[in-house]
Amino acid sequence: MLAEKYPDEVKKIMAKYPPEQKRSAVMPLLYLAQRQDGYISKGALEDIAQMLDITTTDVAEIVGFYTLYQDKPTGKYRMQVCTDLPCALRGADKFLEQLCGNLGIQVGETTPDGLVTIEAVMCLAGCDKAPMFQLQSAEGIAYHENMSVDKTMELIETLKKSSGEVRE
Amino acid sequence: MTTLLLRHRDIPDIGRLEVYQKNGGFEAFKKAVTTMKPQEVTDMVKASGLRGRGGAGFPTGVKWSFIPATIWPHYVVANADESEPGTFKDREIMESNPLQFLEGVAIACYAVGANAAYVYLRGEFWPVADILDEKIADMEKAGWLGEKLFGTDYSLNIYTHLGAGAYICGEETALLESIEGKRGQPRIRPPFPAVYGLYGKPTVVNNVETLTNLPLILEKGAEWYKSLGTADSAGVKIFSLSGHVNKPGNYELPFGTTYRELIYTYGGGVTDDRPVKAIMSAGASSAMIVADDKALDTPMDYASVRTLGADLGSASVIVINDTVNLDWVIDKTIHFFKHESCGKCTPCREGTYWMQHLIVRICRGEEVEANTRLLRLVAKQMQNKCLCPLGEFSTMAVTTAIERFPADFEPSTSGGKHA
Repeated sequence: MLAEKYPDEVKKIMAKYPPEQKRSAVMPLLYLAQRQDGYISKGALEDIAQMLDITTTDVAEIVGFYTLYQDKPTGKYRMQVCTDLPCALRGADKFLEQLCGNLGIQVGETTPDGLVTIEAVMCLAGCDKAPMFQLQSAEGIAYHENMSVDKTMELIETLKKSSGEVRE
Repeated sequence: MTTLLLRHRDIPDIGRLEVYQKNGGFEAFKKAVTTMKPQEVTDMVKASGLRGRGGAGFPTGVKWSFIPATIWPHYVVANADESEPGTFKDREIMESNPLQFLEGVAIACYAVGANAAYVYLRGEFWPVADILDEKIADMEKAGWLGEKLFGTDYSLNIYTHLGAGAYICGEETALLESIEGKRGQPRIRPPFPAVYGLYGKPTVVNNVETLTNLPLILEKGAEWYKSLGTADSAGVKIFSLSGHVNKPGNYELPFGTTYRELIYTYGGGVTDDRPVKAIMSAGASSAMIVADDKALDTPMDYASVRTLGADLGSASVIVINDTVNLDWVIDKTIHFFKHESCGKCTPCREGTYWMQHLIVRICRGEEVEANTRLLRLVAKQMQNKCLCPLGEFSTMAVTTAIERFPADFEPSTSGGKHA
C-alpha cells in the first residue's frame, strides 16, 4: 500500500490539489507506484483507485494513454533513444542501429541479463545534442547527450558493475 | 547584446536565489503586488506587445483580459510540456534561469487574481521538476510565495505537475484534462479555458518563455520592450536551431533576424558545407520552406515568415541540407504525429494512420506517383476538420513537401537519400 510505504510523499502529493479534486493525484501516485515495483502492478491500480475514489478502469486508462507508465516489468534500465527528425539529421538512426548491433538485440528488446531495454522514442527536447537518449529506471530519468556508441557501451558496463542484483 | 531570457549565459548562478535577488530579482513582482492594481499589470503587458511564445503567438495581455471577474477561483497554468520536435528552449530556461520564469508565473497570477498556479512539465523533465520544486521551496522560505505577501492580502502558491509522455498535452485543453487526472485529450471549444479551464474555472495557460519575459517588462516598461524586435513582433525570441548545422543550440535574438544570420552567423553554417535545401520554421509542425535566397534573407518575425507560406510558431528552426530526400523527412514527421495522435477525433486518428501507410510505400518506391497523389489528398482532406491543431500540424510538412519539392517524389528519387 502506497500510503503506508510512502506516507510523506503521498501527503505531499495530495496537498498539491484542492481536496475535492483529488483525482488530480493519479499521475504522481502512479509514478510513486512505478518507483516501488518498477512497473504498475494490478495491486497498485486498485490501491490508487481506492485512495482517489475512482474505478480501477479510470486508473488503467491513464496507464494506457501515457507512454512513461509501464504495465509490465522491463529491463532494470530503459535506454530510450530519440529518433525524431532533428536527432535523425544528426545520425540518431545509425547510432541506434549500431548500438543494437553491438548488444546483439533488436529495438524494443532487453539484454539477456535483464539490465537494459533499448527503445526508440519521440522527441525529448534534446535536439541540439543528438545522438541522445534518456535512461529511465525506478529512481527516475537521466538525459545522456552528445553520445557515441563507444560512450554508451562504457555506460552500460558501468551500470552492469553497479547493479548488484543483475546476474552475469 | 546582453541576454534577457537566457540570462544565465551572462550571469553565472542566476538560478540561485541570492544571486537572482542581487540582480534585482523579484522586485518586479513585489512592485506589482504592492503598488499596482492587477488591471494595470495586464494593461502594461498588453501595451508591451508580448505575444505567446508557445507557437500560436496570441497577445498575452489580451488573453488575460478574457478572464471573467464573476467566476472564482482563477488559475494560472504554465505550459512546460515542450515536446515539439526541434524545440528545446523552455528546458534551458527552467534548468538555468528558473527563478525568472517562476517570478513570471507569480506576476501572471497577480494580474489575473489567481492564488494557485500549476507548472505542467512533460514527464521526461522529471529532473527539471526537481529543480523547480527546490526553487519554489526557496521562494517560500524567503517570503516571495505563501500567505499574505508583503503585508497585503494577496496569497500565492505554485505547484509542479508532471505529465507522462504525451505530445498532445501541450495543447492547452488536453493539458488541463491531464492535470485533472484524465487522459490528455483536447476538449471541444468553446468554452475556452479563460472561462472554463482547470476544474471548470477561469484559467490562463501561458508558455514558459512567455512568462519569463514578464519580470523584465514590469521592470523596464512596455515601451522599452516594444522597442526591441519589429512592428508586429515585439521583444526578443529564443530560436532553437537544430538539424544540419554546425552549432545547433538556443539563440536569443531580436525578432527580425534573418534565417541566413541564424544559420551562418550564429549556427556556424551547414553540416559538411552543403547547401541548405529546406527549412522548417516551427519544428515538425511546420510547412516546408524552400531555402532559396529570398527565404534565407527573410526576417524572422510573425508577419514575414507568413509570406513564405509558413509560420514562425515556436521558432524551432530545423535545417535540412541537400543530402536527404524529403520523402524520408516527412516519413519522420508523419510517424511522430501518428504516434502522438490522441485518438479522439476521426480525421486525425485515421488520417495519420493512412498517411503513415502511404509514406512507407513511397519510401519503398512502390507506385510512387499514385501513392504521392493519394497521400496529398488524405492530408488535404484532414485540413480544417480536426478537433485540435495536432491533426492540422501533421499535414503541414506533407502537403508543402509534395507541392514545393516535387523532384523528391519522383519514382527515380524517392526512397533514396536519408540521414
